[in-house]
Amino acid sequence: MQEAIVRFKSRFWPDHLLGEILSKRWTETAIPVIVLLVVGFALSRSIDGFLSPVALADQARQAGEIGFIVLGLSLVVIVGGIDLSVGSMFALCDFCALFCLNILGLPIPVVIVATIACGAALGAVNGLLIGYMRLRAFITTLITLIIYRSAYDLLLVDYSNRIAASFPDFPAWNFIGGGGVLGVPSVAVAYIVVAIFGHLFLTRLRPGWHITAIGGSRRSAYNSGIAVRRTIALCYVASGALTAIGALFFAARLGTVGGDVGVGLEVTVLTAVVLGGISLGGGKGSVAKALVGTLIVLLVTNGLTTLSVRGGFQRMTLAAILLVAAIIDIRWLKNRMRIISKVYVTPAYNFLPPPPPTEIGAGGPFEQNDKLRDVSLIGLGRIEAPEDVILDRHDNLYAGSRHGDIIRFFAPDYEKMEVFAHIGGQPLGMAFDRHDNLYCCIGGMGLYRISPDRRVEKATDETNRSLLSVNDDSRLRLADDLDIAPDGRIFFSEATTRYEMHEWPVEGHEARGNGRIVCYDPNKGTTRTVLRGLKFPNGICVASDGQSILFAETFRCSVSRYWFDGPKAGKVEMVLDNLPGYPDNINLASDGNYWLAIVGMRCPALDLAWRMPGFRNRMAKRLPLDEWLFPNINTGCVVKFNEKGEILESFWDLHGANHPMITSMREHRGHLYLGGIANNRIGRYKLANADPDFVQYDKRWGRA
Amino acid sequence: MKLGRVSQQGIVFAIFLAMFAGFAFFLHGFATTANMLALLQNVAVLGILGLGMAIVVIGRGVDLSLIATLAVPPGLVLQTVQDGSSLPLALTAALALAIVFGLVNGWLIAYAEVPALFTTLATGLFLAGLGQALLFKLDVVQWSSGLDGFEKLGQGVVLGIPMPIIVFALACVGIGLLLTRTRIGAYIYAIGDNPFGARTTGIPVRPTIVLQYVIAALIGCLAGLVMAASVNSMPTRIYNSTWIYDVILVVVLGGIGLSGGRGGVLNVVIGTLLIGTLLNGMTIMDMSYSAQNLIKGMVLLAAVIADSFLNPRNEETAQQGDI
Repeated sequence: MQEAIVRFKSRFWPDHLLGEILSKRWTETAIPVIVLLVVGFALSRSIDGFLSPVALADQARQAGEIGFIVLGLSLVVIVGGIDLSVGSMFALCDFCALFCLNILGLPIPVVIVATIACGAALGAVNGLLIGYMRLRAFITTLITLIIYRSAYDLLLVDYSNRIAASFPDFPAWNFIGGGGVLGVPSVAVAYIVVAIFGHLFLTRLRPGWHITAIGGSRRSAYNSGIAVRRTIALCYVASGALTAIGALFFAARLGTVGGDVGVGLEVTVLTAVVLGGISLGGGKGSVAKALVGTLIVLLVTNGLTTLSVRGGFQRMTLAAILLVAAIIDIRWLKNRMRIISKVYVTPAYNFLPPPPPTEIGAGGPFEQNDKLRDVSLIGLGRIEAPEDVILDRHDNLYAGSRHGDIIRFFAPDYEKMEVFAHIGGQPLGMAFDRHDNLYCCIGGMGLYRISPDRRVEKATDETNRSLLSVNDDSRLRLADDLDIAPDGRIFFSEATTRYEMHEWPVEGHEARGNGRIVCYDPNKGTTRTVLRGLKFPNGICVASDGQSILFAETFRCSVSRYWFDGPKAGKVEMVLDNLPGYPDNINLASDGNYWLAIVGMRCPALDLAWRMPGFRNRMAKRLPLDEWLFPNINTGCVVKFNEKGEILESFWDLHGANHPMITSMREHRGHLYLGGIANNRIGRYKLANADPDFVQYDKRWGRA
Repeated sequence: MKLGRVSQQGIVFAIFLAMFAGFAFFLHGFATTANMLALLQNVAVLGILGLGMAIVVIGRGVDLSLIATLAVPPGLVLQTVQDGSSLPLALTAALALAIVFGLVNGWLIAYAEVPALFTTLATGLFLAGLGQALLFKLDVVQWSSGLDGFEKLGQGVVLGIPMPIIVFALACVGIGLLLTRTRIGAYIYAIGDNPFGARTTGIPVRPTIVLQYVIAALIGCLAGLVMAASVNSMPTRIYNSTWIYDVILVVVLGGIGLSGGRGGVLNVVIGTLLIGTLLNGMTIMDMSYSAQNLIKGMVLLAAVIADSFLNPRNEETAQQGDI
C-alpha cells in the first residue's frame, strides 16, 4: 500500500521540474521582478489612482526616457565598463535638440538625426578613450562627466534665454513629446521597439554575444579573436546614442534647458542597472533586467513623491529599498547554483523483481562460467575506453577512445594501430551503412558520420523540442548506440536528457525515464524523437524482420522491441525482462540470434533503494556525490538471446582479469570482439560453431 | 620596473610643477606666501577627504558616502550645540554617528557583499536623508555661541600656518603611519592587491574592510568639522554637489589605482596640490566656475591619457570587474 503511494507519487508528481526551472537563466531575474511586484502592489494600495491609465501613461513616459539611458548603460556594464557621463550627455543632447529646433529652425527629422549623432559623438569620445586607448572606464567617464557638464553650463549661459523665448509648435514634435498610439505614449512605443531589438541583439546576434563574452572574460574574448577594442568602443557609442534618444523625448516633452537637467541622473540610472541585477564588472545582464530595474527605481521615486513624503524621508526610503533589494538579489544569485544542485536530482521509483540466479550450481542460463578466461588481447595498454568495437569487410577493427579518436587496428594480427579519425568527443556505439560510412554516436556531441576516406561530418546533433519539457531537450546530450534500418534510417538511443555523459551514474541513482530513442533520416536530413520516457536506453539492434528494433534499457534491466514499420508500427513489446544485470549494447550473431553485453550485475542494496525514492532523495541532498548508491559496473558478462526472449548462452570472466566489464561485443568471422568503456584492451574470443564468414554489416546490406 | 618608466604620480607631479612654474611666472600675485597659504587652505578639506578615500581605494573599494559623512555628523555637532548640549557631548554623538555609519557601510560591503560603489551610493543617500528629515531644522546649520573657541580648528593660525593645513598635515602623518608602519596597513594593501589571496593567507579580510570604512567615515567627519569651523556653518546641501567626484579625482590622479593595492599618502598630497594649484590659478585669472571645471576636466583627461601611454594596462594581468 505504502509502496503503491510512493510509486504513484514518483510517477505523477513532477518534482524534477523544480530543479529544471531553477536552472533556467531567467530565474536570475526572479528577485528584481518580485521586488517590482511588491513595490507596485504597496504603492497601488497606498495611492489612489496609481494604476489609472493617466498615471500609468505618465509613468510610462518617464520610464521610457530613463529606460533608454538604462539600456545604454546596461550595454556598457555588460561589456565590463561603466559610463558615469550619461547625465551630462543627456543634458548636452537635450540642449542640442532644442538648439537645432528653436534657434536653427531645422526640420524635425534633421533635429532627430542631429541629436542622436550628437549623443553618439559624445559616446564615441568615451569609446575612443576607453576602448581604443584603454583608459579606465570609471575615471574616464568621471572626467567626461565634468567636461560635458561644464560645456553644457557654458552653452547655457549663452543660449538659454533664446531657447526659452521661442515656443516651436510642430505636430510631429508634440507627438514625440506628448502623443501616443492607442493611449500608449510615443516614448513607450519607441522603447518597446528598441528593447525588443536589444533583447534579440543580446541573445541571438553575434555582436551581442561578443559583448557578453568580453564582459565575461576580456582576455579570453581577445584570445578567441573578438575585436575587443572596437566592440567596447561601440558600446559607449551606443550608450551615447541611446541617451540621446531619451533626451530627445525629454526635450520634446518639456522643451526646457535648465541648470539641473541630468544632474545626478547617472546615480538614478546606475541604481536601476544594479537593481535589475546586472552585475557591475560585466558579463551578465539582459534587457529584461534593465527594464525591471528602471521600473523599480521609477515607481519608488514617483510613488514617494506622490505620497508627498518629505525629501529626507524619501531619500531614506529609497536608499533602504535599494539596499535591501541589492542584498537579497546578491544572496539569491550567490546561492542559486547551490539550491539547484540540492534539488535537481530527484530520484524516482524503479521496481525490479528478484533477479534470476547466477551462482555456480544454481543452474539456469545465467550460471557463471569461465569461458572468457582465454580471450586474446588486442591493443593492451594502447587504447583507452573502447565502448564499442566494429570490424569492416577487410577485417580491420575500429574502436573509440577516451581521447575523442576512433582507432583502427589493422588485420590480420591487430598489432598495428592508427588514429582513423579524430572527432573530439568520446565515441560510443558504431555502425556501417550501405556505402561503408561509419556512423558513430559521440557522447555530448551527437551522431557523426565518418566516410571511408576519413572525412568526419556531423549527421545530427538536435532533434525536435518536446512541447512540454522545461529543459531544452532539443540538443543531444548522450547519444549512446545506434543501428541502421534497411531503408537507411538510423535509430539511436539517447540515454538521458537530464544529465551530461559523465554524470551517467547520477542518472542511475535517479532511475527516472529520462532517455529516448531518436530517428535520423539521412535521405531527408530530418531528426525526430520516436520513443520517450525510457530508463537509460542503451544498445540498439535492428531485428530480423527489418521493421523493428531491439533496444536495451539499462536501468530497467530489460530489452524491448519497437516496431517502426509494418502492421505493428508504433508498438513496444518486452523481449527480456528482469535481467540479473544492466544491459548495454546489442548486436547481431551469425546464427540469427543476438548478443547482449551486461555491463554490471544488480545488487540487492540498490534494488531495494530503487524502490525507495525518498531514501535516495535524502542521500542526494545530504551526502557528497561519491557516497551515493550507484549501479555497479565492475563485473559483467555477455549473453546470447533470441527474439522470443530466451537466453541461450552466457559468457563470463570469473576472475575478472581480462574483461571485468563489457559494454559491447561484435561477432566477426568466427570470433567475438569485446569492448568495455573502462577497459584498456579489446578482447578476441574464438567462438565454437560460429559461421567463419560472418560479417555483420555485409550480411545486413546483402553483400555476403 | 623598467628604467625610464614614469609613474602616474610622476606625471602628475611634473604637470603640477609645470603649472606652478607657469602660474608663478605669468600670473601676478600667484607666487606669494599669502597666496600659497590660501591655496593650501582651500584644498585642505579636499585633501583630508582624499585621505579617507585613499584608504578605501587602496583596499579595492570606493566610498561615495564621504560627502554625507562630511555634512551630517558635523552638522549634528552644530545643531545639538545650538539646541543647548555641551560641545563634548555633541562631538561624542557625532563621532558615534560616524562610527556606526562606517560600520554599516563596512558590514554591507564585507559581509553582505554588496558592491562598494552601490552600497556607499545608497548609504550616503540614506545618511543625507536622515540629516534632512530628522536632525537638521534648516539646510544650512548655523554656528552658535556654545561653539566659541571651536572655530579655531578652521580659522586658527599656528606659527603663521592656518589650522586646516596643520590638520591636513597631521592627518597625512597619521594615515601614513597607519598604512606603512602597522599590520593593519599591510593588511589593507594585501586585500587591495588580491582579496582572495589575502583571505587564503589568513588575513581577517572582512573585519579589515569594515575598519577601512569606519576610518573613512571618521576622516570624513574630521574634514566636515574643519570645514564647519572655517565657514562658521555647515551647508548640508553640499551633499547634492559633485564634490565627491573631485575627491575621487584627487586620489586617482595622485596615482592610487582604483584596482587597489597601490599608492599612499604622498599620492593624495600630489593630487591635492595639482587640483589646488589649478583652481587657485584659474581663480586668480577670474574664470567662471564652468570654465574652471572645463579646464580642470581637460587637464585631468590629459593626465590620465599620458598615464595610459606611459603605463599601458597589461591585458594579461588585468582583473575581471576592474572598472
